[in-house]
Amino acid sequence: MRKHNQILLQGNEASAMGAMAAGMRFFAGYPITPSTEIAEYLSIHLPQVCGTFIQMEDEISSMAAIIGASLGGVKSMTATSGPGFSLMQENLGFASMAEIPCVIVNVMRGGPSTGMPTRPGQGDVMQSRWGTHGDHPIIVLCPNSVLECYTLTIDAFNLSEKYRSPVIVLMDGIIGHMWENIVVPENIEIIERLEPEVPPEWYRPYEALPCGDIVRLAPFGEGYRFHVTGMVHDKSGFPTLIHEEIEQCLNKLISKIKNNLHDIIRIDEYRLDDADICIVAYGSVARSAKEAVDIAREEGFKAGMLRPITIWPFPRFHLEDIARKVKMIIVPEMNYGQIYGEILKSCPGKTLRITRVDGELITPDQIMEKIEEAVL
Amino acid sequence: MIRTSEAIYKYLRPDKKYPHVWCPGCGIGIVTGALVRAIERTGLTKDEIALVSGIGCSGRISTYLDFNTLHTTHGRALAFATGLKLAKPSLTVIVVMGDGDATAIGGNHLIHSCRRNINITSLIINNNIYGMTGGQYSPTTPMNHIASTAQYGSIEKTFDICKIVEACGASFVARGTAYHAKMLDALIERAINKKGFSVVEALSQCPTQYGRRNKLGGPVEMLQWYKDNAIPYPAFKKLSPDEIGEKFPIGVMTDLDEPDYLERYNRIIKEAGSEGQ
Ligand SMILES: Cc1ncc(C[n+]2csc(CCOP(=O)(O)OP(=O)(O)O)c2C)c(N)n1
Ligand code: SF4
Ligand SMILES: [Mg+2]
Repeated sequence: MRKHNQILLQGNEASAMGAMAAGMRFFAGYPITPSTEIAEYLSIHLPQVCGTFIQMEDEISSMAAIIGASLGGVKSMTATSGPGFSLMQENLGFASMAEIPCVIVNVMRGGPSTGMPTRPGQGDVMQSRWGTHGDHPIIVLCPNSVLECYTLTIDAFNLSEKYRSPVIVLMDGIIGHMWENIVVPENIEIIERLEPEVPPEWYRPYEALPCGDIVRLAPFGEGYRFHVTGMVHDKSGFPTLIHEEIEQCLNKLISKIKNNLHDIIRIDEYRLDDADICIVAYGSVARSAKEAVDIAREEGFKAGMLRPITIWPFPRFHLEDIARKVKMIIVPEMNYGQIYGEILKSCPGKTLRITRVDGELITPDQIMEKIEEAVL
Repeated sequence: MIRTSEAIYKYLRPDKKYPHVWCPGCGIGIVTGALVRAIERTGLTKDEIALVSGIGCSGRISTYLDFNTLHTTHGRALAFATGLKLAKPSLTVIVVMGDGDATAIGGNHLIHSCRRNINITSLIINNNIYGMTGGQYSPTTPMNHIASTAQYGSIEKTFDICKIVEACGASFVARGTAYHAKMLDALIERAINKKGFSVVEALSQCPTQYGRRNKLGGPVEMLQWYKDNAIPYPAFKKLSPDEIGEKFPIGVMTDLDEPDYLERYNRIIKEAGSEGQ
């Protein structure tokens, strides 16, 4: 039954609403199925709050524009799907390197290239980690419900502000296009961009602070004249080829994420306490996996589920903890095993995969079959 | 006019490790001087200016000048600048690009920036070559000229940058050269003061990668060539095809008063019933 404060929302719409609740006031994008509803929603609602919506000439410029806007001091985002996500990679790397907060929603379709625009897939998991060239940090969140489309988009903005990093919300086409009744949560904490703590003469935008604190990003035009580049830079932001400065620049970039895994990683555990079979699933597949766990339990199998909500950085420590306790790990994915491969690194020998790439979702029955197979 | 030493101390960054990357005799330094003098003439403060550049020898300008500077990716400077300008309209946004930057890899952003008539000033430093990467041919390398990737002479037609941006809707279009440095000051100043999208194409000698290969002489001869062949636009229009030969027009070619992008966007905000947040 529908409660009075519930509203019926689509995943994409919920993500757009979450973004606005997080204070996002600049969106640049290029239409692409199955993400377009985000742009359409924002084209109506951003102007109502004096925000900016712009449809750019492609996804390369969309990604560039949100970086520019963020440097203007405005929280910004774009939304796309596979082909557009590919076009964004170079500038996504720029945001990572220049440490400019911004959010990218990628609603995954099936298959490589144009693939299956109207069918879901999870084929961009590795691209979201390694799509842009060079070692770089990234944060990727993966919602499995309409409610999470809302809350994780807010989370994405918070993490992006906190760690001065691009954050990707990786949904699959099912989640983006799914409709659910949700109660829009109130009073979610929003992290705002704060002004630098030091006067302009003291400002070094890329300095490594003691205790791993991250220098606040000054908006352009407020007296803090500094340089932003995608080149390896010194602590003031200027290109450098001095060995120590190069190392400092790149180490700082990686360690700001690596040293804060406890804060960045979100997971969901379901009936894992006494489990000896662990299903690892994310996005829409986690919904089937949860159902499969319940069926398995009814049939006497001790199954449980680990759902990485933050898929990058990968919750390796959580997984390894669980792996010590269970006999078998099963990884269902709408791809050929991208997270499966990641799990193999930690737990070879007891990990099985379920792959489905025909544009259909993975069903609880399919997972059940694998559980039965694993136990035999 | 601001004295050179004054301009240097006022606008160049003291804390950057010089020397700069440009070759001796390169025209980009002259264009940089013109840009700085033009900015001085507008009376804008350094804090009010964002200088956005692409990748190339030209793109390095942003490193040396003391503004809010953004050194972007190859070809994408205008797209970054679009986001910045819309997010913070109070900034005066100036974009510096090379010919390859602006018209090859970034051609799409150039034509759409014109079409939107967004209030940004672009300075395209056209040296007819990909300077930074070692002299490969660009969309403005003249037909039959030699480049490191056109060893038998380029067989591609060249872009006329001014004609393209005019056709695409830029509000202000002008061409200058590194030889006509004082004129360049004035053109850039007018472009900055112009509301809407403005383009100044600055022809600039690249003796190292373009001049040498094509036996155009050193920087002096290349500057001399600009002097000999540049014709003020009004006079150029009167030339017969026979008289034109290698000659090209300089000066202001388009100067329109049209609503810019933000003016139109404000209409949307009104219509959307803004809650004034
Ligand atoms: C995506 C991408 N492709 C290629 C390059 C290599 N690249 C750097 S500068 C440049 C050309 C520069 O030519 P131009 O824009 O005319 O600037 P100039 O150096 O002549 O001032 C190229 C091809 C790059 N940096 N990025
Ligand atoms: S290569 Fe050409 S454009 Fe680049 S700095 Fe040298 S002379 Fe100037
Ligand atoms: Mg060039």
